[in-house]
Amino acid sequence: MAESESNIDTAAALPFEKPIIRLAKEVADLESEQIKTGRDYGMEIRQLRAQYVSLLQKTYQQLTPWETVLVARHPQRPLGLDYINMVVKNFVPLHGDRRFADDKAIIGGLGRVGTEKVMCIAQHKGRDTKEKLERNFGMPHPEGYRKALRLMKLAEKFTLPVVTLIDTTGAYPGIGSEERGVAEAIALNLREMSRLKTPIVCVIIGEGGSGGALGIGVGDRVAVMQYAYYSVISPEGCASILWRTGEKAAEAAEAMKLVAPKLKELGVVDDIVKEPLGGAHRNPAEAGYNLERYIVRTLRNLNRLPTQRLLDQRYATWRAKGRVKILEEATA
Amino acid sequence: MDGLIAREDTMAESNGEQQITSPYEVYSSPDRPERRKRDVPEGLWMRCPACEKMLYRKTVTENAEVCPECNHHFRMTGRQRVEQLCDPGSFEERFTEVGPDDPLEFHWAAKSYADRIAKEQQKTGNTEALLTGDAYIKGRRVALAVMAGDFLMGSMGSVLGEKLARLIEHATEHKLPLIVVCISGGARMHEGALSLMQMGKTSAALARYDDAGGLYIALLTDPTTGGTTASFAMLGDIIMAEPKALIGFAGPRVIANTIKAELPEGFQRAEFLQNKGFVDMIVPRHELRSEIARLIDYTMA
Repeated sequence: MAESESNIDTAAALPFEKPIIRLAKEVADLESEQIKTGRDYGMEIRQLRAQYVSLLQKTYQQLTPWETVLVARHPQRPLGLDYINMVVKNFVPLHGDRRFADDKAIIGGLGRVGTEKVMCIAQHKGRDTKEKLERNFGMPHPEGYRKALRLMKLAEKFTLPVVTLIDTTGAYPGIGSEERGVAEAIALNLREMSRLKTPIVCVIIGEGGSGGALGIGVGDRVAVMQYAYYSVISPEGCASILWRTGEKAAEAAEAMKLVAPKLKELGVVDDIVKEPLGGAHRNPAEAGYNLERYIVRTLRNLNRLPTQRLLDQRYATWRAKGRVKILEEATA
Repeated sequence: MDGLIAREDTMAESNGEQQITSPYEVYSSPDRPERRKRDVPEGLWMRCPACEKMLYRKTVTENAEVCPECNHHFRMTGRQRVEQLCDPGSFEERFTEVGPDDPLEFHWAAKSYADRIAKEQQKTGNTEALLTGDAYIKGRRVALAVMAGDFLMGSMGSVLGEKLARLIEHATEHKLPLIVVCISGGARMHEGALSLMQMGKTSAALARYDDAGGLYIALLTDPTTGGTTASFAMLGDIIMAEPKALIGFAGPRVIANTIKAELPEGFQRAEFLQNKGFVDMIVPRHELRSEIARLIDYTMA
């Protein structure tokens, strides 16, 4: 178990993870000591490992919403392209919106998940500084959403299901973005995804940042990974407006109920994809495996439905989203 | 990034608690700033921010909240808008039974969403930020939705989504032209991701209306921002805007903060959007009724 800590960059450790990493280091130190000196520390190592696992379990069971947001943004968390590499076999990337440019914050292409041929569309933030700049930190411009729509229409034409992987702080708030109509691009995707004649599965793998996430997030089934979040505004943004200081982000995260179990309870998402103990960044392969299984299983169910049924169900699901109170005394 | 609620900070928040209690921008004389509130009875006089002339409030209101001197368009309340657009007495309100809930039991800094809603209801006399119903415009029957900028800055929550979806379905069923008047600070934070979902919900309803061949006219008024713009506001078959209306996804301040530069003159104004190809026509308030009627005659009559 503790081995999975070896690839965790201690510099990137989240504050609440420090005791976990310290324990893991103790284990590792003892192990190397054992090899070096030939002395038997087996008992101590076993004990420490048990401690490590139970601490990890306890910490992750008790994650606050804000801590969950930090996990969702963890620098070593698997990103869109990582999941494509793990889950989508024989991936054929396709580029450009045929209007303006190729937005590198959104990756799209054909591939196989399990035995199923799919069109996969994923937001990708980039790993190192150079790639982050190239990908605009995963904040798409309008052309990203238009590329996504073009690829979805292509999928519809060949009745291939669409899989979208969502991970963005939001659509890019810049001059070019507004000039080229980012609002229109997102709006159009919402409308067209709601009536696309092929199954759509959407999974929030990291950050589900408001309209920028929703722009590729209307589907038959929407899932969120266990420590991903989905929100109408970033906790920092909400805090700076309502609390008048960005420092209250933790409270804003708490208030907005943006974590997976709550999202499911509220009907914002349909499913939760389980992550490995201690989050996807501790064991990306296991996270990828869980995601693959979820997609395969969901597509198998959706593929059984005749198109009209599929569309009617999708409409009914989306039509039911929201919570209102029906007042008795009012006249209709 | 925070486009959805971009303008809330300047409007929704300060709206309820502080200065602007009416949709008019109240301009007091600069030497007596303390008088901007209510000691002048709702302000008999006001200064036009565009031409800076002193105006008698009543003449402005009688002129559909348009400056008689320079044609500057002031904001209207939802009720005023209904009155201005519809044939007198023809608005038949529907779906008033859909009322707000507090699904997150949202509270912040000793305030609560439930209280805030109650306050807004008291202030406006509306249950929520959207008025929906049947109406006649120059004798043409339409399904009409009017966002109320005076209710929590026309922010989009579950009620808004539900009422609009019901109206769209009603328009689909009865083959009515659909008119939606937009004014909005964006999605409502206090309902979390449920507010965000209303963008998908209303867009899905519009897809079915579109499939059924309905005419949808979106009228964008000052300001239309955030999730409202990124959903039904931008999906009109025909998109109209009032002169100089601010229309965008992210609010100008968010953009300025992100790019760390000043924004070009006229950025995100109706005229700018028309130039960039996102608005069909800019229509002065006094001509809205006849333009809408003309478009209905060309398409659905």
